[in-house]
Amino acid sequence: MNTRLWAIVRKEFIHIVRDPRSLAIMFLIPIIQLILLGYAATTDIRRLNTAVYDADRTIQSRQLVEAYRASDYFAIGYYVGSESQMAELLDRGDVRAGIIIPAGYGDNLAGGKTAQVAFLIDGSDPSVATTAFAASQSVGQAQSIKIVQQRLGVDVTQLGGIDIRPRVLYNPELKSANYMIPALIGLIIQMLTSLFTALAIVREREQGTIEQLVVTPIKSWELVVGKVIPPIGVAFFDLLEILVIGVVLFEVPIRGSVPLLLVLSVLFLLTTLGIGLFVSTVARSQQEALMLSFLVLVPGIFLSGFFFPLEAMPGWLQAVSYFIPLRYMLVIIRGIIMKGVGLPVFGDQVIALLILGPVILIGASLRFRKSLE
Amino acid sequence: MIFIQSLTKQFGQTVAVKALSLDVGQGEVFGLIGPDGAGKTTTLRVISTAMAPTAGRVTVGNVDVTREPEVVKTMIGYMPQRFALYPDLTVLENLNFFADVFGSPREQRAGLIERLLGFARLTEFQARQARNLSGGMQKKLALAATLMHRPRVLLLDEPTTGVDPVSRREFWDLLTEVHLEGVTIVITTPYLDEAERCTRVGLMYRGELIACDTPGRLREGIGAVVLEARSAQALQARRVIEAGDGVLAVSTHGDLLRLLVDRAERATTVQVAWQVHGIAVSDLRAVKPRLEDVFVLMLEQMSHPKGDLRDG
Repeated sequence: MNTRLWAIVRKEFIHIVRDPRSLAIMFLIPIIQLILLGYAATTDIRRLNTAVYDADRTIQSRQLVEAYRASDYFAIGYYVGSESQMAELLDRGDVRAGIIIPAGYGDNLAGGKTAQVAFLIDGSDPSVATTAFAASQSVGQAQSIKIVQQRLGVDVTQLGGIDIRPRVLYNPELKSANYMIPALIGLIIQMLTSLFTALAIVREREQGTIEQLVVTPIKSWELVVGKVIPPIGVAFFDLLEILVIGVVLFEVPIRGSVPLLLVLSVLFLLTTLGIGLFVSTVARSQQEALMLSFLVLVPGIFLSGFFFPLEAMPGWLQAVSYFIPLRYMLVIIRGIIMKGVGLPVFGDQVIALLILGPVILIGASLRFRKSLE
Repeated sequence: MIFIQSLTKQFGQTVAVKALSLDVGQGEVFGLIGPDGAGKTTTLRVISTAMAPTAGRVTVGNVDVTREPEVVKTMIGYMPQRFALYPDLTVLENLNFFADVFGSPREQRAGLIERLLGFARLTEFQARQARNLSGGMQKKLALAATLMHRPRVLLLDEPTTGVDPVSRREFWDLLTEVHLEGVTIVITTPYLDEAERCTRVGLMYRGELIACDTPGRLREGIGAVVLEARSAQALQARRVIEAGDGVLAVSTHGDLLRLLVDRAERATTVQVAWQVHGIAVSDLRAVKPRLEDVFVLMLEQMSHPKGDLRDG
């Protein structure tokens, strides 16, 4: 048993326990983030505020509006009397979509002609607009088919053609919580271990206690390992905390093996601890360590596939993302929790982490040894 | 015990210590003094292995600090100028931490800690967090922590700065106890009354050791006469004689004037000068030089060498 190492571990635990604020941060961060991401960061678009300008006022026009309302994508909040009124509502952001049915719509349909309808969509938020766009078309087409059917008096599905039956795997209800909450585990582990490792080391320098430590027989690896063990402990606690809350509160299904997740998390930890250690060699105060950690970690979050799919990014940005450890961890976490897949699927990710981990850790350790002098 | 041969330490272009050579014997209490930035702290840091020298050789008990720092670390106890124990750990936890770090055997530890707590008069405060101790108690705790592994050499960097006079005296009583056990001590201090208690004193100036001897011999070798006088107009009295022939330095302490002059006969000249200016001065007499006078004079000579006429 290495008494020096355990002396550091014990001391670091005391630091954590004696500082109620950082203790609270460590245990509340996951809960706050969970609730934010579980409820607020939802991209499931429902009941979009919509205005209707019905210049036709016929049974047919009312049927079309009813079809949009019934789809549940649009909530008809306003009936306006002119296009300029509708433009004003869109300008003010009171509605995100507008349906304009011109006069003569019903007559055209009754006469067997094509009737035009204008559908305005506020495109300032692309993700909202994309959903609204698709919904406007599919609802319109369904309504159109229905009208044609009535006219012909036959069931069009009996006439042949393509019948597409999409089946959504892994997340059939398309709940964004199922996708975001597992990823949160990677995010929290990264933040806790990087940030708290950096802070724990920089604190010694800021307080001046490092001067006393360097004249003791403590070796630099003992200092580093002793300092990272407590944050690792907290990180694993948080991991389980997120899983439990995710399952209980957000009904996230866990399909794969939690032990496998824990084992692969250790690989990921090598990289995040390396980042923390690196930050500690650059920062001179805890405040600098905090800012620097965010500077390093936040771009990584955007390039990890946490919020935005990597496939949609330009090639050079995707190339950068290969150096972001979180990218690999997110594939692993989402794979295990959502898809229930096992180790063979993660070959590439495991190899990437096995390369990045030691490289970052050794590089940071070398810098750390120099910084002690 | 400590042997330093032409030690030089540079930080970039700045030379903190310049070709310093020094030999501290077993059982000495060696006082290192000098103005801020003279290189005292850097010297202690190199001896303590906290910093590598740029050039030169330093050994502690014949062990080279650069070649075998791990051995040196077990032989020395270093107390940095700034309080360097953990403020959120209790007195006892701090001591236990350093005991663990130095690998002191569990069986002997309880007795040793009890003895050190008693020694530092901290027994009743052992459960108190270090941040809640007074400045003086923190210094005593730091001293106790550096003694945890029974070092043969103590390196103390301004251990009494910012501490009240009673605590200072208490701290020196502790040092005397340690000294009597045969521990060699190197201490830096801004207080020259403390330097008087050392077996030898070294004066550093701009990275160099400009004088090094016992306090007694340094006082005898001052090469000047110290005069004291009292005056209600001490400041004016000082002004009229300051630039006079043979007057090396003048200082005022309330109504007390302290003069360093080159010969005893200067007493007459200065008295005449005061009379001419109508300044009432009484009790003019020669007194025994103090260490402080020695250093005031030496620093004066270093910053204005003889024959340097640049600003008179």
